[in-house]
Amino acid sequence: MNEIPLSYSLGVSAILFAIGVAGVVVRRNAIVLFMCVELMLNAVNLAFVALSPYAGVQGQVFVFFVIAVAAAEAAVGLAIMIAVFRHRESLDMKNFSLLRW
Amino acid sequence: MLLLQEAAAAAGHAAGSGGFVPVLPWLIVALPLLGFALNGALSIVAARRALPKLPPVGDPSYDHHDDGHALAHAAAPAHAYAAVGAGAVEPSEQEGHDAGTDPHPVDAAHHASSDAHAHDAHLAHDAYDAGAAHDASHDAHAHDAHDDHAPAGPKPSTHVLPSFIAPGVMLAAFAVAVANFLRMRAAAPHQPWVHSYWDWMPVGNLHVGAALQLDQLSMLMALVVTGVGSLIHVFSVGYMKEDPGYPRYMAYLNLFCFFMLTLVLGASYPVMFVGWEGVGLCSYLLIGFWFKEKANADAGKKAFIVNRIGDFGFLVAMFLLFWNTGALDFVGVNQALLGERLDFAGPVVTWIALFFFLGACGKSAQIPLYTWLPDAMAGPTPVSALIHAATMVTAGVYLVARSNVLYAMAPAAALTVALVGALTALFAASIGLKQWDIKKVLAYSTVSQLGFMFAAVGMGAYASGIFHLMTHAFFKACLFLGSGAVIHAMHAALHATHNPADAQDMRNMGGLRKYLPVTFGAMAVSTLAIAGVPPFAGFFSKDEIVGAAWKGAAGGSALSGVEFLGIHGSAWMMAIGVLLSVAAFMTAFYMGRMMIYTFFGANRTGDEERKHLHEGDWTLTLPLILLGFLAVVGGLVNVEEHVPLVSAFNFGQGPALHHWLEPVVGVGQELAERHVERLPPVDPAWWPILLAVGIGLGGLALAWALLSRKALGDAATEPAYRGGVEKALYNKWYVDEAYDAAVVKPVQGLSRGFARFDMGVVDWLVDLFGRLSQMFGIAFGRLQTGQLNTYAFVLVVGVLIVLGSFVAL
Repeated sequence: MNEIPLSYSLGVSAILFAIGVAGVVVRRNAIVLFMCVELMLNAVNLAFVALSPYAGVQGQVFVFFVIAVAAAEAAVGLAIMIAVFRHRESLDMKNFSLLRW
Repeated sequence: MLLLQEAAAAAGHAAGSGGFVPVLPWLIVALPLLGFALNGALSIVAARRALPKLPPVGDPSYDHHDDGHALAHAAAPAHAYAAVGAGAVEPSEQEGHDAGTDPHPVDAAHHASSDAHAHDAHLAHDAYDAGAAHDASHDAHAHDAHDDHAPAGPKPSTHVLPSFIAPGVMLAAFAVAVANFLRMRAAAPHQPWVHSYWDWMPVGNLHVGAALQLDQLSMLMALVVTGVGSLIHVFSVGYMKEDPGYPRYMAYLNLFCFFMLTLVLGASYPVMFVGWEGVGLCSYLLIGFWFKEKANADAGKKAFIVNRIGDFGFLVAMFLLFWNTGALDFVGVNQALLGERLDFAGPVVTWIALFFFLGACGKSAQIPLYTWLPDAMAGPTPVSALIHAATMVTAGVYLVARSNVLYAMAPAAALTVALVGALTALFAASIGLKQWDIKKVLAYSTVSQLGFMFAAVGMGAYASGIFHLMTHAFFKACLFLGSGAVIHAMHAALHATHNPADAQDMRNMGGLRKYLPVTFGAMAVSTLAIAGVPPFAGFFSKDEIVGAAWKGAAGGSALSGVEFLGIHGSAWMMAIGVLLSVAAFMTAFYMGRMMIYTFFGANRTGDEERKHLHEGDWTLTLPLILLGFLAVVGGLVNVEEHVPLVSAFNFGQGPALHHWLEPVVGVGQELAERHVERLPPVDPAWWPILLAVGIGLGGLALAWALLSRKALGDAATEPAYRGGVEKALYNKWYVDEAYDAAVVKPVQGLSRGFARFDMGVVDWLVDLFGRLSQMFGIAFGRLQTGQLNTYAFVLVVGVLIVLGSFVAL
């Protein structure tokens, strides 16, 4: 079985990350933003895994940490969103500028 | 401890001072300080009691403690007094707080008191009656013996104890001074006794000790200060005892005596300067004693500020002296000068002497710094007598006499002193011709007499100057205290009838000799003394000064051969003699005028008021009698042997004061004469004495001739001045106005300019930076949009730039 070249894996990772960034910059729905953040995290995970044969097993171990952090983040983030939605009945980030000067 | 130290030090110094060992000389200085401490504590207690009483929170003892007092004062103060008697120590409402009780509570109280004779009860009645009509009698300038808020009820101990403490410490100090004087007379030391109690300023080459010096000059000054001071303290008891601020007044008076004695007994210029500044402070405090009226507070401020100019001169002189001789104590400075460390008549000594004279001008009210002294009459009259006639203002004369070696080295400066003195004598005497306020007449007279003293010490006749200082202390203190007694009586009379007339204006007086016989007698002999009528004290001292001028004009002085401003010294002396003679004539005239307006003719006070005119109690009259006696006989201590008749009363002592001061002032005399080839002998002439007698009697006679007819008539409606010259005299030659225009207004304008610069430029710059940061804040604050997307975008752009820069580099 031929190995997938490293450049392919990293390329996919980069594309996923770019999509995530673009989503965070462009989109306004909080849930979509959230998903874009997850996308970026997973793009990083992919890069870790792809590089682990060269850099050692630590990369794979890091992926677990990232997944754990992402899960925690999802839990907290979704809870915040629910709370916000209860107050404002909206998840449009345009409306949330309370901490501005 | 101090006693042992003292004894040891005295033993060590005995050899150097010719066997003269003083007894506890520090007590002379310390006793008034003790009096100040005690009276000051009492005044603080009195001031605390005067505060409005507020019940303190959570103090259960308060009610129990104070109920009795509050009840007694609010309900029946007279009863409280009558019940507990004169010895009771009951606190009552004092300064600044008027208990709204019965306005005449003391009438009953004084009936109860055993020693309350009619006068006392009457005085007390006046003082305690702080009625509404009283305010109307307040003129623009101060009224003596006024009494805004008097205590209702018995006199508290804080107002009784100072009557004993203040004169007591002064009399004790006088006793110590007399004891030392007797010892000094027996020992006749040729060197001063100097003792340093502790090292005050050990800095580098400068070692100033807190040292006292006793020699013939400081001994004489200490006697005058404590002796005349004691009498004035006694007078103050009678004059000020009803004043709400009585303990404070006595504390200040004691503090003044402490500083004055420090001034005359200090052994170095810095110690003298401490006293110098201290008496200035006390002068300020006592001129503005009734500070609730702005005019009084302003007068105090003026005295203080004008004196600062003089003090600047004193300081500069001290700096120059230390820089050039390396010493500041009198003994060390004299040694350096006698060793001719500096050039004779060189610029350095001349400038030092002139700067010292600037200091003396400020303190002793000479041209151009005399303007504060007439205003200083805003203080209580005993203060005017003590500070502004007898003691403090003579400090400048003492300074010059003390620095006689320095002035002997600087003939130009000495002639300047003499000239300024003579000019001041004439100038102030001319203003005194047309003043209506009895105290203002005496104030200008004091300035004028101080001019005589400066003329004397400037011409090198130190003993004559100090002699006049002494006799002047006697007769001028007597005159001031007499004017105080007059004002006291006038004020009481006007106050009793709620007459708003001025109690110090001589036009409201007249014929007072019938009502105030003791005061009249004392003031009459003092007037004869100041006018220079033999054989009263002032004749001898003033004649000596004028005589010194004539002698110098004939070439008999070390200064006669000196060129000053291109004019020969003897010509200057001739001018000084003429100036002083004219001033002496004016003195006799205005003093005669004052006496005529005050004591002769018909009384102009008013029919109702006349019944209230009366002499004060013994504390007021006794000092007058004693000072009047001294004004009669004071001149006999220094009579030349060849004066006929009078020298018989002198017990063959001759010019005793000259001999007495010889060890101190003879040093400078010798030094000055060392630089003159040979003094031509001057025969004693008779015409100066005849001239002096003629001047004195002539001035008085002229006053009588010109004024008696008018004063016998109705002078109450006389205008303040008639014609241009009188107007100028009445307005004091417009000197105050000229100073105002030349100094005060420009300084104010400059200050306003600086204020404008400060507000327009400096503040503007500071505000500019404030506004700039505000603007930047507002501008960059716009970047915070609150939009998450924007932040993310900026973050991404930033990351890209950072990564890009890594790649590019």
